This record gives sequence, C-alpha cells and structure tokens, in this order.
Amino acid sequence: MSLVINKAEVSHRPDSITPDSKKGNQSVQSRSGRSFNWLYWILLSGLVVLFFSGTLTWAADAISDTTDVVNQTITAKLAPILGPSDYRQIGSMSSRSFVWIIAQLHLFLAAFVLAVPLFVTVIEWIGVKTGDPRYDDMAHEFMKVSMTAYSLTALFGGTLALALFLLYPTFMAYMMEVFGNQVMVYALLFFLESGVLYIYYYSWYALRYGNKKYLHLSLGVLLNGVGTTLLFVANSWATFMMAPSGVDDAGAVTGSIWAIMRGPLWNPLNLHRFVANIAFGGAVVGAYAGYKLLSARTMTQRAHYDWMGYTSNFIAVLAFLPLPFAGYWLMAEIYAYSQQMGITAMGGILAWLFIVQAVLIGTILLAANYYLWNGMSRCDGSRRYTWLIKYIAITLVGSFLIWVTPHTLILSAKEIAALGGAHHPILGPFGIMPAKNIAVNLMLIGTFLSFQLYRRADKEITVPWAGFGNALMVVIYIIAIVNVIFLGVYYGYFTNTVYKVGSSVAQVVSTVIVIISGVTIDTLMFKGARTLPTTWGKISNRGVYALFALPIAFTWLMALMGYVRSSVRTHWHVYTVMKDNSVDNFIPSIGHAANMMTIATISFLLLVLFIFWVASLGETRQEKPIN
Amino acid sequence: MTTQNTLSQDTESIQHSGLPVIVKVLAFMVILVLIFTGIANLLPQVEGQAPKETKVDLAALTMDSYIAMGEQLFKGKGTCTLCHNELGRAPNILALDMVATAKKHLSSDEYKGEAKNSEGYFRESMLEPSKYVVPGFGKQGEPSPMPVINKPPIALSDIEIGAIIAFLQAKDGGQPTIALPKDVPAENTQSSALSAPPEVAKNAQAVLTKNGCPACHTILESTATIGPNLKTVSQRLSREKIRESIINPGAVIAEGYPPIMPTNFADKMMVKELEMVVDFLAQAGQKPATETEQKGE
Repeated sequence: MSLVINKAEVSHRPDSITPDSKKGNQSVQSRSGRSFNWLYWILLSGLVVLFFSGTLTWAADAISDTTDVVNQTITAKLAPILGPSDYRQIGSMSSRSFVWIIAQLHLFLAAFVLAVPLFVTVIEWIGVKTGDPRYDDMAHEFMKVSMTAYSLTALFGGTLALALFLLYPTFMAYMMEVFGNQVMVYALLFFLESGVLYIYYYSWYALRYGNKKYLHLSLGVLLNGVGTTLLFVANSWATFMMAPSGVDDAGAVTGSIWAIMRGPLWNPLNLHRFVANIAFGGAVVGAYAGYKLLSARTMTQRAHYDWMGYTSNFIAVLAFLPLPFAGYWLMAEIYAYSQQMGITAMGGILAWLFIVQAVLIGTILLAANYYLWNGMSRCDGSRRYTWLIKYIAITLVGSFLIWVTPHTLILSAKEIAALGGAHHPILGPFGIMPAKNIAVNLMLIGTFLSFQLYRRADKEITVPWAGFGNALMVVIYIIAIVNVIFLGVYYGYFTNTVYKVGSSVAQVVSTVIVIISGVTIDTLMFKGARTLPTTWGKISNRGVYALFALPIAFTWLMALMGYVRSSVRTHWHVYTVMKDNSVDNFIPSIGHAANMMTIATISFLLLVLFIFWVASLGETRQEKPIN
Repeated sequence: MTTQNTLSQDTESIQHSGLPVIVKVLAFMVILVLIFTGIANLLPQVEGQAPKETKVDLAALTMDSYIAMGEQLFKGKGTCTLCHNELGRAPNILALDMVATAKKHLSSDEYKGEAKNSEGYFRESMLEPSKYVVPGFGKQGEPSPMPVINKPPIALSDIEIGAIIAFLQAKDGGQPTIALPKDVPAENTQSSALSAPPEVAKNAQAVLTKNGCPACHTILESTATIGPNLKTVSQRLSREKIRESIINPGAVIAEGYPPIMPTNFADKMMVKELEMVVDFLAQAGQKPATETEQKGE
C-alpha cells in the first residue's frame, strides 16, 4: 500500500502490450497535429451524418414508393377490432406477463449494449488525446463485458418477436401492415451493427497505434451511429402505440413511413432513452468494476478496478443529471398530445408510483454521495474536508425522508382514530409538494457539494485569491440554501396556492446557480494548483457496495418508468385506434407491477453475473498437466 | 475524470475471508430489490379497469335512472373527473351550478358557438370543445385540451352523451330537458351504465348517518368535536360554501381543526343526497348574505 508510482509505469495487461502504448499514442500525437485532428473529426462526423441521412432517406423513399403502391390496397384496411380468438396463451400463463418479462430483459440488455460503445469510444478518444494507455485498456475491457451481453440481447429480442407473433398475432399483423418494409430496414441495421461491432472489438489491438487508431475510432463512431439509429427505429414502434400518427381515426394508413414514425412522442423518447441508456450502462459496468475490485487478488488489480469503478460512476451520474429535463420534455409532449394521458400518468391511479420513484432516485443520490465520500479516502488531502460529510449526510437523509413522506397515510381505521385523521399532525406538512421541493433541491445541492469536495481533495490551490474564492463559494451556498428553504416554507404554506409553482422555479434556479458558480469558481481556482497523490485501491469495501446499489436502483427505476409509459395507453394496444380486448386489458396494481419488475430485475442481475463470469473466463488459463 | 493520479503498485496478494464475494454481492443486490418491492406493495393497490360494456334496458329506463347513468359515466367511463375537479385544470363541474353556468357563457360576448340552451351548450362542449373555451382555461390560440367525447379514446355513444347532459342539468336541482332515448341506432345499443339506479337516501338525516358525519361533527344526536359544529354551520358559511366544503373539504380548512375530512363524498353521494344535506345544514341557522363567484364560471 505504501508504494505509489507514476501512472505511466503501470501495466494491467498480462501480455505487456501497454508499456509501449503510451509511446505509440504519443507518436500519434506527434505525427498528426491538432489542426489535423479537428479537421479529421469534423469531416468524419459530417460523413457519418450524411451517410445515415442518405441511407435513411433512401430507405424512406424506397418504403414510400412501396407504400404508395401498397396503399392502393392497404389504405382501406382499418385497425381490426380484436376478439378472444385474436389472443393466445402458453398454457395458463398470462401472455402479458410473459411478454412483459421478455421485453423488459431485452430492453435492459439492449440499453446496456447500445450505451457501452458510446462511452467506450469517448474513453478511447481520451486515451489518444492524453496518451494514457489506461484509458485504452479500460475501454477495451468495457467492450469485452458488452460483447457477451450483445448475443444475449439478440436472443431475447428474437424470443420477444416470436412471443409477440405467437401470442398477439392480429395485433402484430396490424403493426407489420403499418410499418411495412421499415422492419426490414431494422433487420438490415441489425446486421450492420453486428458486423461493425465485431470488427470494432476484434480489431482493437490490430488498429492500436498511429493512423490506424483513427480508423479504429472511426469504426467506433460508425458503430454508435448504427446503434443509435437502431434505437430510434425501435422507439418509433413504441411511440406509435402511444400516440399514433400517419393513420386515420380507424387506423388505416394515410401517410408515409416518415409520417408514421414522426409521432409527437418520438423525439422526446429518443432523447430520454439515449441519455438514460448511458446512465444505465455506466452503472452496470461500475458494478463489474466493483465486483472485480472485491475479488482482486493483488493490489495492482484492486487499484485498476477502483479507477474503473470511479470512471463508471462518473459516467452514470453525469448522464443521470440531465435525465429529469429529458423526462420533463417527454411528459410535456404527452400532456400536449393528450391531457387525459398525461393526467393518467401523473395524477391518476399511477400517481402513487412517484413515491417509489422518489425512493429509487433517493437511493441513487445517497449511493452516489456515499461512494464519493468513501472515495475521498484515496487521497490524504481529503482530510481537510471530511468534517463536512456528516452535515451533508444529515441533510441528505433528512431530505430523503421528507421526499418519501406520502401526502395521505395508509392506515387502518383504528390507527386513524388514534392519530386523529389520515394526516399526522407533525409529519403531515411534509407530505405536500413545497416540502418535497425543498428536500429535492437540498439533496441536489448536497450532492454537488460532495462532488466539489471530491474534486478539491487532491488539489492544493495556489491562486492568490483562494481565500476570497472560498468565501464567495460559502456565501453562494448559504444564500441558495436559505433561499430554497424560505421560498418553500413561505410560499408553500403561508400564501396563496398560485405562488407555489412559481416559487419552485426560483428554488431550482438557486440550485442551478450553485452548480454553475461552483464549477466556474473551481475551474478558475484550480489553475496552477498542485496535485496531491491519490492511491487508487484505497477505497473501503463498504464504499464499493454503492457501485452495486446504483445499477439495482437504475434497473428497477427503468422498469418502473417503462411500466408507467406503457400503462398510459390504458385499454388500448394502439391508443385511440386499436383497443386491447384481451383479458389483461387493465392497468395492474403497483404491487403486481412491482413483483413483475423484481422478477425482471433479478433475472437481469443473474444474466449480468453470467456476463461478468464469462468475461472473466477468457482471462483464465489452465496450467498444462505436469505428466 | 481525474487523470492526474497514481495507481497503487503494491503487488502483494490480497487474502479473502468469509463468504465468497459473489454471494455477498448477490445478497446485497437482492435485499435492495426486495426493499423496493416491499415499499411498492405497501402502497394502495388500485387496478385501472377498462370500461365494461353493459346493455341498457331502454324499456325500463326512467329519467332518474338516466341521470344516475350520466353520473356514473361522468365519474367513470367518461373520465371527466380527471380534469374537471378542484385542481383547476378545467372548470370544477361538480362544484358549479352547471345550468346557471351554461346560461352565463351563452350570454357572453366571447361565446361564438351555436348552442341556444344548456342542453345544446353541454352537447357542443362535448362534441366540439374548441368552439368555446371557458376563459382562464386552455392555452390562448390553441384548440381546447378537452377530448372530443364521441371519438376514441373515450368514445361515448349518443345515449351516453345524453345521460351526461341529463346529469349536468339535474345535479343542482334543475329539470332535464333532454328526452329519454327510445329508438336506438344499431351502434348505440350499449352503455357502460347499469340499468338500475343506486338507491337514494330518504332524507338529509339518513344521508348524514349513512356517511358517518356524526362521528366527527356535532350534528343530529352527536356532540363530537373532531370537526366543526354543523348545527351552527349556516351562521358561518353560505349554501355554496357548505356544498364546496362537502365536495372539496381541502379548499378551506376551518381554523383550529385538522384537515382530516374524507375527500370522496362527491363520489359517494348522489346529487339529490348532496342537495338534501346542503338544504338541511343551510336551514339549521341564519344564512349569511355572501355569494361567492366560483372560479372558472
């Protein structure tokens, strides 16, 4: 533990490729100037965009041509009215439950395999830019985990398609009629994705140095272009079911495939899933790193996986932060499309789900903070700030408890009589929105403070105005916290209801000001700062468990929000166009849904452990028998 | 990502003791999942049922049962209460005298529709909601957020729309002008409502007893003080405020009393029952002169 050396001297690969890699990457830097890099990336990005625009436009034209021909026969075909004979079952198993689990597992795996190459390409690029071979090795290891998951994704995708055609044949026939040849474009993209993925992964060491590295990076960009297009195509099926477009009231096709795909919810869902997938993928590879860290046989391995876990957690939290804004856009578009649908999600029978959502997001924030606090032990410089952690912890836990306090307590008649009503005299005020707004904003401010302390832990600030900068930061924190509490209490409890909504905007602005000013002040203060030594691997085992809490909470949250998204269609397969007349055409209770989500999550967990095990198996070599 | 750091190079082997890592990690994750599941199972368990289609016996249909059918549709299949409630997203129809409200809007200069009376106004609001959007609701220059009620996803039949009109006309003591359906087009032979209306309590005392009001309030034989004294409520509140306090008890909480009154009386009471209780309470003492204008009228 006492030996601390420079990063460039460390190799993690058993075949000792990496000692030369830094040199190799440096030669990339020296041969290709900065201007070449920029020009290259601009040209490459342009080419990828042009390629996909061209391909999709060509595909759309081809499909439209076909549709025009086919329209002569299919425009008169209305969405069928389904009866009992249009639904099938496997034994006594509920078809919806079966499809639910398979679809959820497919979505978990697909989200993972589409997300990993996104940040892997970025990490690989950082490796080239910094010349640090650790990034390249880590990116390759992330891809190794994702490769096993890829085939499982395809297996579950195929099973899902077969299950849908078997159990919901008429519904699927209608969907095929609407989307027509587009599904074959999806299949084509899937072939392309597989091809590029295999070339990208298996050419990692063949295309590692010099200009070949740029070719490899280009493959990464291409892979992500195809993967993201696949995601968007599949999203169009889901959003068509929620908010159909390109069909008339009776479900007959009236528009081109673009009109069908470009429903009002398509782009909001595209953005939401794209960002959420990155957070989810980061969390899952974080769990991989955590597992490998706890199982490490040497301190070198432990150090490597500690750094990998930190990077994964960083990716997950960074992608998680803008997710509420993407979610807000999606919900706003849902309300704009159908107020009734929006209210069903937010204020109808699904409203109780948001208590569970609060528990899950609270878990994510608590786990992320706990990991940062434990991570501070890697650096002795963090001792300057550890006294603050207990106050942040108290704030987070207190705020979390307020956030999950329900408005109406669920009590027996005897308990109501003992309490004097359904609202507790002291805790009751915590059940309403103003209290929750205060709690959420304080949690976000607390999390940012943890992040800021973590970043400062390994730095010794040398700018002459350091004292002023620190004082300014403290003042900003105090003003923001006082403002958040005052606005919430005064406008939430002592004035007219109409001011509540307005005050919540001002609260969020206070939080955002803390984050922006914190990042700005730190960036200026870190100029010329001395870096204190950090010992990777020094994190406590307890702290590593936060890396397991994150993916579990993310996975369950993803299942929960998927249930909400799907349930807002109520008793419709395709909202307003095709009624669900199956025996399962009701919104299940939250308890039943939770049990289904748990089955899916635990199944996914077992699959992930299998993936981790398979990924590790490749490193295991049997010793040759002596005789 | 931090890049200016160093890695521990201590190559000494790490000894693991106790349970295998895989077991500990798996147990931790499963316990966490079960906690989430447990919390979700503790919450109220409600299923969102699809509307059930049941046949209406037109021969046995009376105006009372037609009104009751309208009330059920209003609160059920029609999903009207999703927006028309005390939260202010749309006019709070249950708290408004809708016949008077319709007259007010019909005489407004801003009204550009074609209806001539409350029946026409209600029908037009349901079938062509963008013809006239009540000031203060919806977004200016945009169509009404109200769905067209005879189109999916709600898709009420003509009979069902008529039942809602009857309910809206009768709920505040008015006389329905809409005729009972007789000859039914083939596509209108189904309705979600039951053919027999629920039984209406005989008098206000029966309504108060049925809904358990004496458990908390001083009323009838009760001297309970958990809620405000209802024997003297007319000295404090107008008829409208009494009605609002029953339908939406959270709107104004009497000083010194906890906000514990159930909020579902609007669903539990029939319109006639509500009016009987309001009359009973309003006549129990001297009535104040204040008449407040309802929001959104």
